[in-house]
Amino acid sequence: MTPVIGLGHFLTVAAIVFTIGVFGIFLNRKNIIIILMSVELILLAVNINLVAFSGHLGDLVGQVFALLILTVAAAEAAIGLAILVIFFRNRGSIAVDDVNMMKG
Amino acid sequence: MMSEFSGFASLAPAWPEMLLAAGALALLMVGVFARNEASRFVTILAIGLLAVAGAMVLFSTQGAIFSNGFINDEFARFMKAFVIAGSILALVLTVSTAEDKGLNKFEYPVLVVLSTLGMMMMVSANDLMSLYVGLELQSLALYVVAAFRRENARAAEAGLKYFVLGALSSGLLLYGASLVYGFTGHTQLDRIAEAVAMGERNVGVIFGLVFLLAGIAFKISAVPFHMWTPDVYEGAPMPVTAFFASAPKVAAVALLIRVVFDAFEPIARDWQQVVIFLSIASMVLASFAAIGQNNLKRLLAYSSIGHVGFALVGLSAGNLTGVEGVAIYMAIYLTMTIGTFACILALRNADGYAESIDDLAGLSQNRPFVAGMLAVFMFSLVGLPPLAGFFAKWYVFLAAIEAQLFVLAVIGMLASAVSAFYYLRIVKVMYFDEPTRDYAVPAIEIRAVVALTGFLIVTYYFTVGAPLAEYAHNAAGSLF
Repeated sequence: MTPVIGLGHFLTVAAIVFTIGVFGIFLNRKNIIIILMSVELILLAVNINLVAFSGHLGDLVGQVFALLILTVAAAEAAIGLAILVIFFRNRGSIAVDDVNMMKG
Repeated sequence: MMSEFSGFASLAPAWPEMLLAAGALALLMVGVFARNEASRFVTILAIGLLAVAGAMVLFSTQGAIFSNGFINDEFARFMKAFVIAGSILALVLTVSTAEDKGLNKFEYPVLVVLSTLGMMMMVSANDLMSLYVGLELQSLALYVVAAFRRENARAAEAGLKYFVLGALSSGLLLYGASLVYGFTGHTQLDRIAEAVAMGERNVGVIFGLVFLLAGIAFKISAVPFHMWTPDVYEGAPMPVTAFFASAPKVAAVALLIRVVFDAFEPIARDWQQVVIFLSIASMVLASFAAIGQNNLKRLLAYSSIGHVGFALVGLSAGNLTGVEGVAIYMAIYLTMTIGTFACILALRNADGYAESIDDLAGLSQNRPFVAGMLAVFMFSLVGLPPLAGFFAKWYVFLAAIEAQLFVLAVIGMLASAVSAFYYLRIVKVMYFDEPTRDYAVPAIEIRAVVALTGFLIVTYYFTVGAPLAEYAHNAAGSLF
């Protein structure tokens, strides 16, 4: 008998990807690019969730939502990289530990 | 379905937004083709554009359009009016300061107009999708504005921090939205409320609700999601900080109110706990953390965190009086904040602008008007009667008492008393310390903003108080 992949499996994958994304932001001490990648992971987890729910519920709203998120995520990544570039120009480094001019 | 898109007239509730969207693009063109003084010219045009949009909001048609994804009710009109007022005043503050602060490029006013458009979408959102799109339009414009002074290392760092934590908060909010959609089957707020009311208590929905609240708490910078606020406020140029502390806060609080009351009214008990926690944590942490600050922008950042905590006291009550209180609170907070920033921007000499509390020493001797007004704003931020800040706190605490939240009200009062220390320290430094710096006469429009906001704060009880309360009452009524 073949195992059936159901909603629960999709939600579990999404939850794992989401958690990896969140931890990638907080535990990563090396590189800001990794933070940007973690943000993308979080958004991908959300998209898996939405598409899985959409299929499960049998309506299209979730997939429309996922498409909106894809487009906005592209804009967000563009702005993030642009800010990263001006940060690098000023500081000559993109290490997370160097983002420390202001504290308290 | 088709008839909804057939006529321009049927889109009447969204006309102010459409004007801003078209206007922002037109301003970009103007900025490209106007050679000399483009930045100042575009700033003035943007102020005019926002003023026209604000007038349109006041007389806008009520109704829901785009398959109920966009709603324009009394509440939306009230909040939009103040969002626009905040943006206009923040832009007025940049007219004469733009050159010194590195904001003299025509893209700045255009970005402010676009983020204002996003805030108006947030306030009017009646669907998780339109909510997200509005929120992102606002946030993406604000990330760029924070890092606008790109040759400055602090501004770049502020922009980077704002971007990373803002993107994380959008991710949390979206994850919550996906769970809410999955477990209720709807993205429209009132349909979610129906589904929540019918089904039994569902863990998936509660999870989604908590993620949604965490995402929005980032945007209103409530503790424990506040860590970006002091750094971003410190790193961004002062006129930008004035903008961050005013309009986006009002819009995000309005969004929070709409989400919890339109979509999750049936499980009010569940979100009330979260809001009460956010409220207490914000009030207490902000009162103590601000004590050690010497940088004015960091101080005001903690002050804004604390004020969000006080506004959430009203929301925790979960009743009509509470929402009315929050609406009044945000209106008064906006006025006080803009006034305070205008006072600080008025202090400029050959060495630059006032940055720390020490720079204010003996201000009453060489700039008595600014010192007096700044003292008024400080007393109002503490909440002393008969200034407007007192009435703001009075309304939210009244709502908390009505909802039997006595512990919350008492903690709020105590936090308010602690916060008096750092506000009054500024007054003490201005009036009793020896002057160390001389300041030039401030620009006319900055003095005008100081005078206008100061007048509203001082005469609140006799002039705008009653109409504002009535307007807020109607606004809150449209949510119930």
